[in-house]
Amino acid sequence: MATATPTPTPAAAPGGRRTWRTLPVVLQLRQSVGLQRGMLVAGLVLTGIFLFTAIFAPLLAPYEFDQLRDANGPFGAQAHPSSNHLLGTTVGGYDVLSRVIWGTRTALAVIVVAVLLSFFAGVLLGLVSGYFGGWLDRVLVVVCDAIYAFPALLLSIVVAIVISGGQSSLLGGILAAAISITVVFIPQYFRVVRAETVRIKSEAFVESARVIGASNGRIMARHVLRNATRTLPLILTLNCSEAILTLAGLGFLGFGIQPTAAAEWGYDLKQSLADVSSGIWWTSIFPGVAIVLTVLGITLVGESLNDLADPRLRGRRAAGDGPPPAGTVEPGGAVVGSGLATGMPDAPGAIEGYSA
Amino acid sequence: MTTTTTEPATGSTEPAAPAARRKNGGGLGSYLLIRFLLIFPTIFILVTTVFFLMRATGDPITAALGGRLPADQLQQRVHEAGYDRPLIAQYFSYLGDIAHGDFGTTLSDRRPVVDVLKTFGAASLELAVYSLLVAFIVGIPLGLVAAYKRDKGPDAGLRVFAILCYATPPFFSGLLLKLIFSVGLGWLPVAGRASTGTEIELSTLPNATNFYLIDAIRLGDSEAIKDVLQHAVLPSVTLGLLVAGIFLRLVRTNVIGTLGSGYVEAARSRGVAESRLLRKHAYRPALIPIITVIGLQIAALLGGAVLTETTFEWKGLGFQLAQYLTARDFVAVQGIVALLAVIVALTNFIVDIIAALIDPRVRY
Amino acid sequence: MTTAEPMNTVVDISDLEISFATDAGTVDAVTGVTLQVQAGEVLAIVGESGSGKTVTARSILGLLPETARVRGAVVLTSKDGSDSQDVVPLRGSALREVRGHDAAMVFQEPSTSLNPVYPVGWQIIEGLRAHGKYSRKEAREKAIDVLRRVGIPDPEERIDHYPHQFSGGQKQRIVIAQALVLDPGVIIADEPTTALDVTVQAEILELLRRCRDDFGAAIVLITHNMGVVADLADQVAVMYQGEIVEQADVRTLFSAPKDPYTQQLLAAVPRLGQGVEHTRARAARRAEGWAEAAPVVEARDLRIVYPGRLRKPDFVAVDGVSFSIRPGEVLGLVGESGSGKTTIGRAIAGLTKVTDGSLQVLGAEMNGFKERTFRPVRERIGFVFQDPAASFNPLLTIADAVAEPLVVHKRAKDGGAARPRVDELLEAVQLPRAFGDRYPHELSGGQRQRASLARALALQPELLIADEPTSALDVSVQARVLELFDELQKELGFAALFISHDLAVVDLLADKIAVLYRGQLVEEGTGAEVLGAPKHPYTQRLLASLPVPDPDEQARRRTEWNALRE
Repeated sequence: MATATPTPTPAAAPGGRRTWRTLPVVLQLRQSVGLQRGMLVAGLVLTGIFLFTAIFAPLLAPYEFDQLRDANGPFGAQAHPSSNHLLGTTVGGYDVLSRVIWGTRTALAVIVVAVLLSFFAGVLLGLVSGYFGGWLDRVLVVVCDAIYAFPALLLSIVVAIVISGGQSSLLGGILAAAISITVVFIPQYFRVVRAETVRIKSEAFVESARVIGASNGRIMARHVLRNATRTLPLILTLNCSEAILTLAGLGFLGFGIQPTAAAEWGYDLKQSLADVSSGIWWTSIFPGVAIVLTVLGITLVGESLNDLADPRLRGRRAAGDGPPPAGTVEPGGAVVGSGLATGMPDAPGAIEGYSA
Repeated sequence: MTTTTTEPATGSTEPAAPAARRKNGGGLGSYLLIRFLLIFPTIFILVTTVFFLMRATGDPITAALGGRLPADQLQQRVHEAGYDRPLIAQYFSYLGDIAHGDFGTTLSDRRPVVDVLKTFGAASLELAVYSLLVAFIVGIPLGLVAAYKRDKGPDAGLRVFAILCYATPPFFSGLLLKLIFSVGLGWLPVAGRASTGTEIELSTLPNATNFYLIDAIRLGDSEAIKDVLQHAVLPSVTLGLLVAGIFLRLVRTNVIGTLGSGYVEAARSRGVAESRLLRKHAYRPALIPIITVIGLQIAALLGGAVLTETTFEWKGLGFQLAQYLTARDFVAVQGIVALLAVIVALTNFIVDIIAALIDPRVRY
Repeated sequence: MTTAEPMNTVVDISDLEISFATDAGTVDAVTGVTLQVQAGEVLAIVGESGSGKTVTARSILGLLPETARVRGAVVLTSKDGSDSQDVVPLRGSALREVRGHDAAMVFQEPSTSLNPVYPVGWQIIEGLRAHGKYSRKEAREKAIDVLRRVGIPDPEERIDHYPHQFSGGQKQRIVIAQALVLDPGVIIADEPTTALDVTVQAEILELLRRCRDDFGAAIVLITHNMGVVADLADQVAVMYQGEIVEQADVRTLFSAPKDPYTQQLLAAVPRLGQGVEHTRARAARRAEGWAEAAPVVEARDLRIVYPGRLRKPDFVAVDGVSFSIRPGEVLGLVGESGSGKTTIGRAIAGLTKVTDGSLQVLGAEMNGFKERTFRPVRERIGFVFQDPAASFNPLLTIADAVAEPLVVHKRAKDGGAARPRVDELLEAVQLPRAFGDRYPHELSGGQRQRASLARALALQPELLIADEPTSALDVSVQARVLELFDELQKELGFAALFISHDLAVVDLLADKIAVLYRGQLVEEGTGAEVLGAPKHPYTQRLLASLPVPDPDEQARRRTEWNALRE
């Protein structure tokens, strides 16, 4: 008989015994090989450093983020890197190193709030909308598509204006940034979960639950939800990167968090824009590099997870005979089409696919 | 799809399954009509969202001038502008204005928003054209290379490059480029669209398009052309690389998909050369999804343009938007954002048409 | 085919070994295969999934993935016999010269082996130009000519059409034309008819026969279908677990198979007419008054329409069908793709809405169906889906999945409480109890289909709907699942609707056979009536198209089929 694909689909194989070894990320780390593993490890290391810095910022930073003077008097503005200020000081007289370190906290806080809010709202809407269909579904799809097509940054600016009027305290600023990012992300989660739900809804195992007579609630909770959210870890990582970039963009345009409320890389970059023409490089390079490395780390993790989840993109094992298009995560962070193939390997351990 | 069913996908002449039938056929005409009709709800939703969001904070005059004018004068201004009417009434009159192409008048410099577009739109268009050029030239060939060399050294290198393009905010990559090429090496100007002399020269041109390269060519002054191009290099590269990273990934993912498909294998079995498999058999079918997604990247381009223009003081719509934001001129912000919504919707429509024209399954 | 003149060997495979590097270490796919293909003959390589037949065939063209390691020799001789070389060490342009020119390939899925964005003519010409110099005009003429010869009407016009404008059978003709235009010495056809309907399959087999007779190409035919082998092959090689267990000419193999595996394989193939005896025995066992009992399912002028969207016409899937299933009766529903057979099954299970007419299921009217009122009826219906891989939630264990109906209908509080009953059920379908703790992907296709049967029978339904339950399985596995189905039916006495595209399979199990064609029920009766003396021309054509696993009988049937075609 024609067995098309024996592709072992490990990401889609939550079967087996559930131990720490099958946890997301750990599982993928074990599956990865060669360069793919290298990229995943590099991403995990960068992300780890970011998290570590954010958690231990008070211990790591030599000064407070809004400290302008110490026992020896004011720091001075635009001071060259020195033993007192390893990375120099900004035009506003802050210590660059301290602000870079404290900035990780702000970024992490915004990520957590934004991703949590959008995650739950988006997943719930997507699930219900995709499962029941009908006019509500149609309206939601048009609305979300419209928002999705619009520049995230501009929408965030508008929302930031609404929430804070442009000037922010610490909590207000973080919330403003997080919520403005949320508004932009909800459509992304919605699209992904809805597409998955629509696909899974027509799978034979859901139909078989319907034939059995299971209620809609039971089908959604037991059969659809967990299968539909398998792609989410990787969208999550991609959205984290976007959250950081959007936060920095808002800060750069002057709609982020005030320097006295928290350290924020985008704001510092905006302040350093004028320094560049006079050749002052240390005020801009370091916060910029912090942004790039953090986003790079998280994106590397996300990309690797995506590759390992998609049979078309996974390494050699699927070489040449993976099932045709499953789903891909596009760079913007949303998944186009369906997600993971549910194709399970046929007889375990067989490579019979080639003898189709 | 673990197993291929014995039940064939398509019968001889009879329709296979209704779902399959729906995908095929249908005609280009009705497809285009539906895409066209979809423009309107998109614009409507975005304009509505922006309107109510902006009004949630209160009226724009108080936001811009609050604290600077005595309360009674402020009240007077608010009343004159009609911002003390019920929100719904304001909303409908706003919708009516937009339908007539009136996107409001800025508070800070009292210009119709549409005029702002006319003045600064060409500059943004110029930057967008250059950047897309950079993005296509860099992104597509490199994406093809990455797909072909997948999981090997060049692929890994290119993917990290793509992520770096995306991970570096344009204001930072712009800064770096400035530091290196303007401040460090002194090769290229730091900011602006042209040097002052050239700008004055260009402004003498009757019927100026404000697309500086075109104007400079019409002027026939080779110095001006050189000056304009020199100014354009860094901003175009900054914004172009941002988009190029996205294109690279997109091309790589889709071409890997088509490279593994049956028809590529079939062509290989007939002895077609590998380079041709990549260029003809894998790339062309991959182009359809690529173009569709490129349409969605217009958003990324516009968002990046705001940041890039600000970084390089490139006096386009994005730069102007940032100015209005700083001035708390929310009428201008709302107007420009609504205008951009229209542009996004129209571009997506055009991109959909192009994708449809490339796909023979839609054409016939 | 014994001819006096010496035949030249076009493909000579000796001591071929192929292994793949996988995560689990090296896996041997093919071990010690030695084969010859003579010019102008059809060699069939038969085997079930995992037997290594496709890998062997692909090695002739060097079309193996990078992870494959190949040892041994595959010597390919060009058609005129002037040139022969070992393909295994070939790389790059030397390999490209051989591909298509000396050996060409026809794939299983015609819909995926044509590039959707280029006209078919372009794709034919591309192959020509890869192997020789042709002017634009010459190439086009050659392409038109070959399209005409494979039976595409109006080739002058259709050469510029895109693949999606052709039907499945026509696409396969075009794929064959692509191979033929290069005039290769051997064509490798990998399951060339598996994705096609039986009636289309007969046409393609006829075309392949002409490839041999008119074009003089040898054919390596890879298939799992013994009927196809009997129809087309001259020589047969049977593969099992990477080895050739038996090789013989087609008559010898079918009449006197030597290897036990071959014998078992042939025995497992369902044959037409096998069911007649069986049906008679079942009828004899029936109690008095059975015929008067109220039917479990009764359809009257049933009509099911899928509404067309966007000004496109509606699609009528089922058009005025009437039938009934009495308690304990098995109705076999046969039809090709698009005939509406699956739609009827789904309508009975309340998965598809009835548009018009009446459909009574266990006393409930499905026209104007409401999920809430139908729910109590659901526990009296079981459903077995076609694809056993997709019909289990990958995140639930087999025991949990089988317990679902028990829990949903409150026969058990949860999966744990249902376990004793689940174990009973697993035993009933001959699965070890321990399999309950496994996840679906840890079972083979046949095992999953048994589990699926266990789930369908959990509530002891009065009606079972089985939608192509064995079409995704290997022949020997299919035979065991069918046997199990039959035993359980005898034991539990449920009525069943058995949907299949395979007349022989339906004949094995069903009391009555109904033939569907384009949404209409064209013939209904017992196996003896429908298969023995079909009245409707479509049934006659369907029956004649079905290749039987017996070369002589098949040759006779082929003549009949040819007569019917006129």
